[in-house]
Amino acid sequence: MIRLILPPHLRTLSRTGAEVALEVEGPVTLRSVLDALEVRYPMLCGTIRDHVTLQRRPFLRFFACEQDLTHESPDAPLPDAVVSGAEPLIVLGAIAGG
Amino acid sequence: MSNVRVLVGTRKGAFVLTSDGKREKWDVSGPHFAGWEMYHVKGSPADPNRLYASQSSGWFGQLIQRSDDGGKTWYQPGTPPGEPTAAGPPKAASNKFVYDVSAETGKPLTTHQFYDGTQHPWEFKRVWHLEPSLTDPDTVYAGVEDAAIFRSTDGGETWQELSGLRGHGTGPMWQPGAGGMCLHTIILDPSDPQRIFIAISAAGAFRTDDGGKTWKPINRGLYSKYIPNPTAEIGHCVHHVAMNPSRPGVLFMQKHWDVMRSDDAGDSWQKISGNLPTDFGFVIDVHAHEPETIYVIPIKSDSEHFVPDGKLRVFRSRSGGNEWEPLTKGLPQSNCYVNVLRDAMAVDSLDDCGIYFGTSGGQVYASADAGDSWNPIVRDLPAVLSVEVQTLA
Repeated sequence: MIRLILPPHLRTLSRTGAEVALEVEGPVTLRSVLDALEVRYPMLCGTIRDHVTLQRRPFLRFFACEQDLTHESPDAPLPDAVVSGAEPLIVLGAIAGG
Repeated sequence: MSNVRVLVGTRKGAFVLTSDGKREKWDVSGPHFAGWEMYHVKGSPADPNRLYASQSSGWFGQLIQRSDDGGKTWYQPGTPPGEPTAAGPPKAASNKFVYDVSAETGKPLTTHQFYDGTQHPWEFKRVWHLEPSLTDPDTVYAGVEDAAIFRSTDGGETWQELSGLRGHGTGPMWQPGAGGMCLHTIILDPSDPQRIFIAISAAGAFRTDDGGKTWKPINRGLYSKYIPNPTAEIGHCVHHVAMNPSRPGVLFMQKHWDVMRSDDAGDSWQKISGNLPTDFGFVIDVHAHEPETIYVIPIKSDSEHFVPDGKLRVFRSRSGGNEWEPLTKGLPQSNCYVNVLRDAMAVDSLDDCGIYFGTSGGQVYASADAGDSWNPIVRDLPAVLSVEVQTLA
């Protein structure tokens, strides 16, 4: 199972707790994890990436294993520790505004 | 006895204020969607328990929320209202606003004038205004930024653009106002289901007489000295338009500067600013039972977005404009520097017409006597973006 940590507002929308566990088929990438998240929690469609272009929303970041994966290819394999479930993938809202 | 329900959108959530017909004691529920910008919340005239809300955030984009029980519970249309159950393909399209670029529907123009004068592609940013149908709870219109109008006929689950608005030819001349290029006003004509009025900052007002297929600018008589041709067909920064449903051909407009009226469904406009201390402002509304009684809240200027002289004054005209009286009883008359935004005034339809408005300082004021006196329902909400009211049997 892939462990995913969502920002608080998205936990409220999806009525989940601090951490979500997802089954991901095939290669574990940012794209496949977000695809699985949106299938399981369709109310999150459009909130992390654009509906049509699937581009990441500008103020969101993806972290895992103390690495910033935000600018990695969405099809790049995620770290082994994320694939094994030892470490979570974190969707983080960038600090902006007041 | 009738009740009223006031729907308040703020920078940090939505609030539902309810009272009986006396409008003296209020119950306050909220914040709903705490922390989110709630540009607009509005109820269906055909089913008062059906509410639609525009929820947005710089981080997470646009969401549409719907309530079927008068605001007690909410859900995103198309998603399960309870806990997520069976997995399946994504079906949440209630926040999917995609501009029409198909050839079949008129080849809508895809660029508009940007701040620097260059042409810029339309980019969806948020929903400013939701206007439920007068007759069908599942039909609702959305005015969006970048300016366009969308319609849903399935209770907000999916949206389709009425692309004839952008496609009629003047789109490349539209440009954003300071708040963005937003379609912020939608008025449905109760006497003609094919007629809709809309307004855009900064393009002007438009009307369709065929249910949204084709549109025409209705800006004759507007004078905007801040654009190269002050009487141009397009380019006016219309802030808000209001109508009394009993006289759908008579419209009142608060433009960036100037308060205007039209007696021919927007075909021509006349200035009615009269003795107002300043005719800059955002809100304008009409008494529910006196179609010549109108309300504005003058704002000092476009460079100082607060009320003049530190006094919060609603101005009322009982003669359809030109002669205005300040209404001050119960409103702060010193050291007040709030703004009142374009969708933040509403009227109820009780016998003694109630008037409501919300401020950038988080106060929501109510008058149960057509403006003669005012009381704050709440004083310390986040900055108010919109106020709507429902009169409930």
